[in-house]
Amino acid sequence: MKHVYGALLGATALVLSSPAFSETTLTIATVNNSDMIRMQGLTSDFTAKNPDITVKWVTLEENVLRQRVTTDIATKGGQFDVLTIGTYEVPIWAKKNWLVPLDNLGADYDTGDLLPKIKDAVSVSGKLYAAPFYGESSMTMYRTDLFEKAGLKMPDNPTWDFVIDAAKKLTDKNAGVYGICLRGKAGWGENMAFLTAMSNSYGARWFDEKWEPQFNTPEWKKTLSTYVDLMKEAGPPGASSNGFNENLALFNAGKCAMWIDATVAASMVTNPKDSKVADKVGFAMAPNTGLGKNANWLWAWSLAIPAGSKKTEAAEKFIAWATSKDYTKLVASKEGWASVPPGTRTSLYNNPDYLKVAPFAKPTLESINLADPNKPTVKPVPYVGVQYAAIPEFQGIGTSVGQQFSAALSGSTSVDAALSAAQSSTEREMKRAGYIK
Amino acid sequence: MARIATRRQVAISTAAAWLAGFLIFFPILWMVLASFKTELEAFAIPPSFLFFHWTTENYATVQERSDYLHHALNSIIIAGGSTLIAMLIAVPAAWSMAFSPTKRTKDLLLWMLSTKMMPPVGVLVPIYLIWRDVGLLDSLSGLVFILCLGNLPIVVWMLFTYFKEIPRDILEAARMDGATIGRELVYVLTPMAVPGLASTMLLNLILAWNEAFWTLNLSTLNAAPLTVFIASYSSPEGLFWAKLSAASTLAIAPILVLGWFSQRQLVRGLTFGAVK
Repeated sequence: MKHVYGALLGATALVLSSPAFSETTLTIATVNNSDMIRMQGLTSDFTAKNPDITVKWVTLEENVLRQRVTTDIATKGGQFDVLTIGTYEVPIWAKKNWLVPLDNLGADYDTGDLLPKIKDAVSVSGKLYAAPFYGESSMTMYRTDLFEKAGLKMPDNPTWDFVIDAAKKLTDKNAGVYGICLRGKAGWGENMAFLTAMSNSYGARWFDEKWEPQFNTPEWKKTLSTYVDLMKEAGPPGASSNGFNENLALFNAGKCAMWIDATVAASMVTNPKDSKVADKVGFAMAPNTGLGKNANWLWAWSLAIPAGSKKTEAAEKFIAWATSKDYTKLVASKEGWASVPPGTRTSLYNNPDYLKVAPFAKPTLESINLADPNKPTVKPVPYVGVQYAAIPEFQGIGTSVGQQFSAALSGSTSVDAALSAAQSSTEREMKRAGYIK
Repeated sequence: MARIATRRQVAISTAAAWLAGFLIFFPILWMVLASFKTELEAFAIPPSFLFFHWTTENYATVQERSDYLHHALNSIIIAGGSTLIAMLIAVPAAWSMAFSPTKRTKDLLLWMLSTKMMPPVGVLVPIYLIWRDVGLLDSLSGLVFILCLGNLPIVVWMLFTYFKEIPRDILEAARMDGATIGRELVYVLTPMAVPGLASTMLLNLILAWNEAFWTLNLSTLNAAPLTVFIASYSSPEGLFWAKLSAASTLAIAPILVLGWFSQRQLVRGLTFGAVK
C-alpha cells in the first residue's frame, strides 16, 4: 500500500510541479506591516542593481507567519530564503543552529552604526544572526490639549503615581474620554508584552535565577492590581479585548488621554490623514516606580537566513540592501523622511532632515536605549528579553498567563485567583520542560 | 376569521424567515460594506452603516499588491481537483457499502469518520516532512491530495446516506422489465442519485475552498490559493479591516456565485429522502 501511495504521489508531483527558474529566485517571508509593504514596493531598486536575482514575497499575518516559518525551519523544508523574525526568535533559533550568521553584509554595511541595544537583541555571543529592519520600544503618548486644560504637565520620565493620578483626573466618561488606554487582549505578544514590561518597572520578574515562576511575589500582585484598578477607573469599556489596533483607533478618535504602546504608533497618531488628534500628541518615556527600570519593551523585526539555504549569497545581498543606510535614503527620496523605517541606526537619529519631520524621534531613541534585553529586570534573571523570556516554551505559557490576566481585567476572576492560576500553570509547564524539578 | 389568522401567521413566519436570513447574511454584508470604507471609517466607533464616503481604493490596493487571478486559479484547481478525485473514489465506495453491505460496513464507516476527530495540527510535522521528501511542498498536486484525503470521510458518509435512501425495489422492478446493468445505472439510478451527488459535490467544493490549515501551511508561492491571499492582509500593527474585507470579498465571490446558482440542487439534496 505504501508503494502505491508513493507512486501516486510521485506521479502527480511530476505532472503538476512547476518549472524551475534558471536565475536565482529569493523567496522572502514577511509580515503585513506598513514598512514591509513599502519595502516590497521598492524591490525594483534591488533587482535593478542585481539583475540576476528575482525576488518573490510571501506576506502573512504575524501569527500565521510564525507558525509557517517555524514549521519550515524546524523540518528544514527550505521553502524560504529570507525570513522576517522578531527579537524573540533570534536567540532561540541561533542556539539551535537554524540561522546563518551574517558575516558578509559588505564593507560599507557599517554594523557599528546599528543601535547598540537593537544589535544586542539580534546577536548571540557577539555574532549577528539577523539584521534589524525596524526597531521599536514602547512609550507614553499623551494629549497635550487635555493635559493643558487640566493644568497638568507631563514629565519626560513620568512615574506610575503621576500617570495614575493624571489618568483619573483626565477621565470624562460623559464626554467619552478615558484617562488611559492599555492593552487587554490575551496573548504573549499582546497584553503580556505590556504587562511584562510594566512588571519590570515594579521590580517583578517572570523567573528567579533557578527558573522558579514568580507570580506569587508581592511585586506581581502590585503590578496586576494597579493595572486592573487603573483600567477599571480610567480605562475604556471592554478593554480586555483591546490590542494595539483597537487602542490606536481609540486614540486617533480622541478617546484616550494617554496610551502606552509601541513607539511605531507615534508616526500613526501624528499622521493627519489617519488621526483626529495629529497635532495634539506629546511623547514621554514609559512610566517607572523609581526602581531603575521603566515599563518599556524592545522589539525589532529583522531579516535572517535559514541554515541550509542554497542561496545564502543572494540572500545576504538582499538583507544588506534592505537594512542599509542607502535604503533609508531611498525611502526618503520616494516617500519622505517620515516614512523611513525607524529604530535601527544611530545615523538616522543624527539626521536633521529626519529630526525635523519626526517629533517622536528623540523619545523613541531614548526609549530604545532605556531597554536592556540582557538585563531586563531589577532583580537578576536567567533569561534574555524585556517583554518576554526567550525560551521556546514562552509562547505557550505567556498566552495562558495572558488569558488569566485578561480575565482579571474583565472581572470574571479576581487578581489573586489570576495570579495563583498563572503561578500553577507556569510551574507545571516549566516542570514538564525540565527547567525545574 | 380563519383566513385572516392564516394570513397573519403567514406574514409572521415570512417576516421571521427574512429576519433569520438577514441575521445569517449580515456578517457577509458587513464585510462587503467595510470593503468600500476607508481604513479609518472601517474602524470607527460607532460604525456607520450606509452613510459613509464610498471608495474602491481598497480593491485597487489589493489588485496592485497581489496577483488575485493566480490565487483564484489555484483555489479553483485545488478545490475542483480534490472534489473530483474524492467523488471518483467515494461513489464506488459508498455504492458498495449501501447496496451490498457486509458485517464490517458499519465499523468501516465509523473508522473513516474517526479520522476526522484528530485536529490536523497533530500531524502537521510528519506530513510536512513527507511532503518535503517527495517534493510536494508548495505544489498544487500536494494540496489536491491532502484536501482530497481530508474530505473523503465526509463525502463517503454523505453519499452512503443518499444511496441508502434509494429503494432497492425500484432496481428490482427495472430488472424485471429487462433492464441491463448499464441501463439500470443510467436511467434508473442516476436520476435518483443526482441531487445527492450534486449537494455532496457542492459541500465538498465549499469545504475545500475554505480550507485554511493545510493550504496555508503546505503552500508558499506557486500553489498559494485564496486563503494565503486573505492571510496577507491582516496585521497586528496597523489598521487593515478595509483592505482585509476587500480581499475577503474577492475571495468568496466565485464560490458565492456558484452557491447561488446551485442552491436549488443543494436544498433538494439536503431534504432528499426526508419524506417517503
